Amino acid sequence: MNPDRREFLGWGAAAAAGAALAPGFRLIELAQARSPQEAASKLQRWGLLIDITRCGECDACVTACHEENGVTGHGRPETDAQWIRKVSLRDKRTGYAQTLPLMCQHCEHPPCVDVCPTGASFKRDDGIVLVDKHTCIGCRYCVLACPYGARSFVHEATSGQKPDVPRGKGTVESCTLCVHRVDRGDTPACVEACNKDGGKAMAFGDLNDRDSAIHKRLRAEPSSQIRADLALNTGVRYQGL
Amino acid sequence: MTRLAAALLAAVLTLAAHAEAPRFKIERGEACVAPVAEMRRDHMKMLFHQRDRTLRQGLREPRFSLKGCVDCHASQKTGSVLGKEGFCSSCHQYAAVSIDCFECHSPHPQKRTAARP
Repeated sequence: MNPDRREFLGWGAAAAAGAALAPGFRLIELAQARSPQEAASKLQRWGLLIDITRCGECDACVTACHEENGVTGHGRPETDAQWIRKVSLRDKRTGYAQTLPLMCQHCEHPPCVDVCPTGASFKRDDGIVLVDKHTCIGCRYCVLACPYGARSFVHEATSGQKPDVPRGKGTVESCTLCVHRVDRGDTPACVEACNKDGGKAMAFGDLNDRDSAIHKRLRAEPSSQIRADLALNTGVRYQGL
Repeated sequence: MTRLAAALLAAVLTLAAHAEAPRFKIERGEACVAPVAEMRRDHMKMLFHQRDRTLRQGLREPRFSLKGCVDCHASQKTGSVLGKEGFCSSCHQYAAVSIDCFECHSPHPQKRTAARP
């Protein structure tokens, strides 16, 4: 087969694959930003990639998250809600210390969803794990089930909530991956703050989109999940752990 | 005489009841998302339906969103739909229907930010 003929056949195959079967139907769907009238889709899976070698002593992500989501405490660390926190690790033998931000890992197989008796804890089609506070009865099974300690129970009456982020006493809450921002095409507040004021350690993107920066990095560079032994397939991946 | 007194008393009571009817001013928007009669009867069904679509499917349609209600109906004076003359609370208090939407949701309209480029 001469090169011209091969090239021609190649183009033909590409055209056939790309061509719409009928208007609105494609063999391979293209991942793109959603309109408000379009439901979250299984074609996407939102996730984070955190390079902890670049994560320093700052807590820009924590501050930005709690500001964005109106998470305010009462000066009682034992019971105040916490959507994201900085965890410090230290190798006892060598003394090598690291710090990393830890939040809901948005698992593919979330234990919090398995144990919820009312179906309030759920995973959206695009992989974001959320609490439906309309049906949450505050039993806190999910708080116990989460291996990352990512969920918080709201112990006290709340005020000053953000219009996009309802929060209320008697329900459980956790990182929403800033779902209200993601739905309008923005990145989560922690990622924005880290890239602006922090060490540029956090990246957000669609893990299913082969053309996304996060997918390319995950394909080319080593990364790990926290508690990978639980096989939860987390949406938040770490580098340098 | 007794009959007259009773009639007078009834008239006074009726007037008093009328005086307590909720009063509020709708300050923004040309018209609501549906005719007034339908809104009065069915607004809770619209909100229930919308909340599940928004939360579970990520459909943030503005039409029946609670945020949309608050944006138009919050009082300019207090900046809230709650309070004595608040759009939501005055009617719900009159009808003796307790709602807990605003235990979690903000009763204040969203601060208007400059349009993003």
